[in-house]
Amino acid sequence: MSAAILAFALVTGQILLALAMVAAAYRILRGPRAQDRVLGMDALYLNAMLLLLVFGIGSGTTLYFEAALAIGLLGFVSTVAMAKFLMRGEVIE
Amino acid sequence: MSRWLPSPLVSLGLLALWLLLNQSLSPGHLLLGSVLSLLGPLMLRRLDVAPLKLRRPAAIPRLLGVFIADMVRSNFAVARVILFDQADRRPGFVRIPLRLRSRYGLAALACIITATPGTSWVSYDPATGMLVIHVLDLSEGDDWSALIERRYVGLLVEIFE
Amino acid sequence: MMSLHALPAWAALPVAALILAGSLLALTGALGLLRFKSFYERVHAPTLGSTLGMGCILLASMLYFSVGQTRPVVHEILIGLFITITTPVTLLLLVQATLYRDRQEGRDPLDADNRPEA
Repeated sequence: MSAAILAFALVTGQILLALAMVAAAYRILRGPRAQDRVLGMDALYLNAMLLLLVFGIGSGTTLYFEAALAIGLLGFVSTVAMAKFLMRGEVIE
Repeated sequence: MSRWLPSPLVSLGLLALWLLLNQSLSPGHLLLGSVLSLLGPLMLRRLDVAPLKLRRPAAIPRLLGVFIADMVRSNFAVARVILFDQADRRPGFVRIPLRLRSRYGLAALACIITATPGTSWVSYDPATGMLVIHVLDLSEGDDWSALIERRYVGLLVEIFE
Repeated sequence: MMSLHALPAWAALPVAALILAGSLLALTGALGLLRFKSFYERVHAPTLGSTLGMGCILLASMLYFSVGQTRPVVHEILIGLFITITTPVTLLLLVQATLYRDRQEGRDPLDADNRPEA
């Protein structure tokens, strides 16, 4: 019984996180401005990381942990790089 | 501190991170982690970071407790704002004069304010000490300046200055 | 590898509740990203997922693997530590960039009579 509840929670959690990724992707596509797209991408990275952690619980291996850590690192670096670009990219016009 | 161990706190933190990442306390990892945590601060010294002086580290757990409590509470507040959008919600900027001057203290305050849903750090003028934050819902009429001062700035001044 | 059946009920039910709570919070944050009208409001939305949402899922993962493998599995703390430190930094930089761009375009959101609408 408890295993069935856990399996249900895992599937539901994955669906909810996938929907959150869809919402973030919509913000990337819609904009309206560049900073909204970058914010959407940051949210996309974050939700992808959470989704990987839930995958890890579902599959019972800690392998997904490393992938989640790498996504978290990459998300940070890329968002910072893009925010920096937004700040300095337009200085020379 | 000494020549080979300039910042023992950073070294200790690096060693703990290494052991946590590898999930082991085996002698090999202890040795490798110790070497790395000795080399890390030596590289850090090249960057000329201002030394961190904690005046009262004992207040850090209290600050963490206040932060976690506020974080949980404002999570639910913001979730309510998103799911049931109130018509009288009024977002806006708030100006707060700060007496905190330590750079580490300001960095910690920026992280705390931005990580708490519902408030985000917008700008700070070091000449006047004027901080601007953005608040998602001003309609409850809280005195944000007094709130930040009471909950965080007092503790941060105690810790860093 | 371990299967879902290996877990006793007293651990499986909290894990399930934490996963549901965490993913619901993350989804709520993403919905806020869609619903809010201005950029400065939207910045608040993803922090739901990166604070309590992430905390719930990390706790679920720690509980699940610690009970399932009968040894403490706590390396999830690393992700928690890392995200807690980095999310404010990225959002701060993004707000700075937006402020800079708004001022470049001549509409400073901090002027009282010049509130951004879009």
